[in-house]
Amino acid sequence: MFQRVGKSEASVIISVDGTRVTARAGDTVAAALLAAGLTSTRTTPISGTPRAPYCMMGVCFECLVTIDDVGNRQGCLIPVSEGMRVDTQKGKREAGR
Amino acid sequence: MAMTIQQRDYATPQRRDYDTVVVGGGLLGASIAWGLARGGERVALLDEGDTAIRASRANFALVWVQSKGLGMPEYAGWTIRSSDAWAGFAAEVTDVTGLDVAFERTGGFSLCLSEREVEHRAQTLKRLHNQPGIVDYDAKMMERSEIERMLPAIGPEVVGGSFCPLDGHVNSLRLLRALHTGLAKLGAHYLPDHRVDAIAQRAGGFALMTGAGEVRAAKVVLAAGNANMTLAPMVGLKAPMRPERGQIIVTERLQPFLKHPVVTVRQTDEGTVMIGDSKEEGITPEGTNMGIAAVEADRALRMFPVLKTVNVVRTWTGVRVMTQDGFPIYDQSETHPGAFVACCHSGVTLAANHALTIAPMIAKGALDLDIVGAFSAKRF
Ligand SMILES: Cc1cc2nc3c(=O)[nH]c(=O)nc-3n(C[C@H](O)[C@H](O)[C@H](O)COP(=O)(O)OP(=O)(O)OC[C@H]3O[C@@H](n4cnc5c(N)ncnc54)[C@H](O)[C@@H]3O)c2cc1C
Ligand code: FES
Repeated sequence: MFQRVGKSEASVIISVDGTRVTARAGDTVAAALLAAGLTSTRTTPISGTPRAPYCMMGVCFECLVTIDDVGNRQGCLIPVSEGMRVDTQKGKREAGR
Repeated sequence: MAMTIQQRDYATPQRRDYDTVVVGGGLLGASIAWGLARGGERVALLDEGDTAIRASRANFALVWVQSKGLGMPEYAGWTIRSSDAWAGFAAEVTDVTGLDVAFERTGGFSLCLSEREVEHRAQTLKRLHNQPGIVDYDAKMMERSEIERMLPAIGPEVVGGSFCPLDGHVNSLRLLRALHTGLAKLGAHYLPDHRVDAIAQRAGGFALMTGAGEVRAAKVVLAAGNANMTLAPMVGLKAPMRPERGQIIVTERLQPFLKHPVVTVRQTDEGTVMIGDSKEEGITPEGTNMGIAAVEADRALRMFPVLKTVNVVRTWTGVRVMTQDGFPIYDQSETHPGAFVACCHSGVTLAANHALTIAPMIAKGALDLDIVGAFSAKRF
């Protein structure tokens, strides 16, 4: 759905729900997930409807994902790093994760 | 549930003459007005505006029995009566409004983080239950191993605690909303921005002077929280108060992990975790005290280490409606027949009593002293 613009930067390998994904250095997690073709990155805590990053600047909280076993992180505010484990989130965060 | 509730439409919605006017639209006023309106009375509920200080919007939402009544055994019995009535009351609220106030009576804990705390807790329960005239109810100390079976998330520092099967909790903001929704359906008139400044005795009742005009009724119930202190003397009553600040921390929503409320930590029906129960003298809710928040958070983390990485989304300070000895006041005026006063801490816990026991007494025109005589302000 999204197409990258500009020259290719160094690539960074992350995992998304256990699958290897190639991102670019400087990507936020949210940008990397969208560029990888994900159309939904979490489901909501009450009605369970699918959501994806929206504002990309830290205000809407639609981009919540689990990063390296910590839930409810704002993917649009966190840069990718080599070996990072990203999991899409189903509903509410788990206590202790 | 079989329930006869009289729905009533007023011929003239502007009419200003009521059977009873209740002053204060928080949990006390709304619960009492509910009970009066369901019994068929014409009721007006006078309240301040949106910026009013309301304990009913700031509380911790426990329907709590254990530890109530030390120093006044009647208060334990009164609390249990409400706790027993709560399930039926919650069902009635849902019946009338379609709103679920998420009442649960799962039993609740008070947790101890040292042997000293365990000893202190055990002593308190013992002193409470040794009082002459106290009703016998189940509240017992538990060993860590037993607690862990019921609350697997406890941390290694929890050495013991007390458990009472009567304890529970609700969604108290939804309760306040549901009471107001129901009052409209039951035909009561809610009049915000009607701060009562003066009350005059008139033939056949009372005239209440407010910024938005005069309201007349045969009976008046003062349920204005800490403001009862200044209103009660207007009708020959008294309500000595000592308001107290309390601070609460709320986390983001989590998958359910805490099946039983703890007196200082509970998981709401919506998944958030509330941490609270601080006490500080004071009458304004402005400003939260970071020192207090840090102590509350630290104790909660020691009880439930899984909260360590959880994000806090809100903190606030509320002002408790607190009488000078901490026990409820229900009283009726001798000089101004038809005038009543009601105020207490634990207005969530006691909401069922206020709607189902106090309101019918007021409808009849007199408090039943066999049931609530101990709570007269004559004790001060
Ligand atoms: C931090 C905190 C935690 C708590 N936790 C619990 C708990 O876990 N369980 C529990 O059972 N209880 C708890 N409580 C107590 C409970 O919230 C209160 O007992 C209850 O809300 C009191 O309700 P109220 O209607 O008397 O007072 P309020 O909610 O304060 O309402 C008083 C109302 O009177 C109105 N008013 C004032 N003056 C006038 C006037 N002159 N004319 C017209 N209207 C007027 C105000 O605008 C207001 O709406 C807690 C309270 C706090 C602050
Ligand atoms: S996309 Fe809006 S906060 Fe991240």
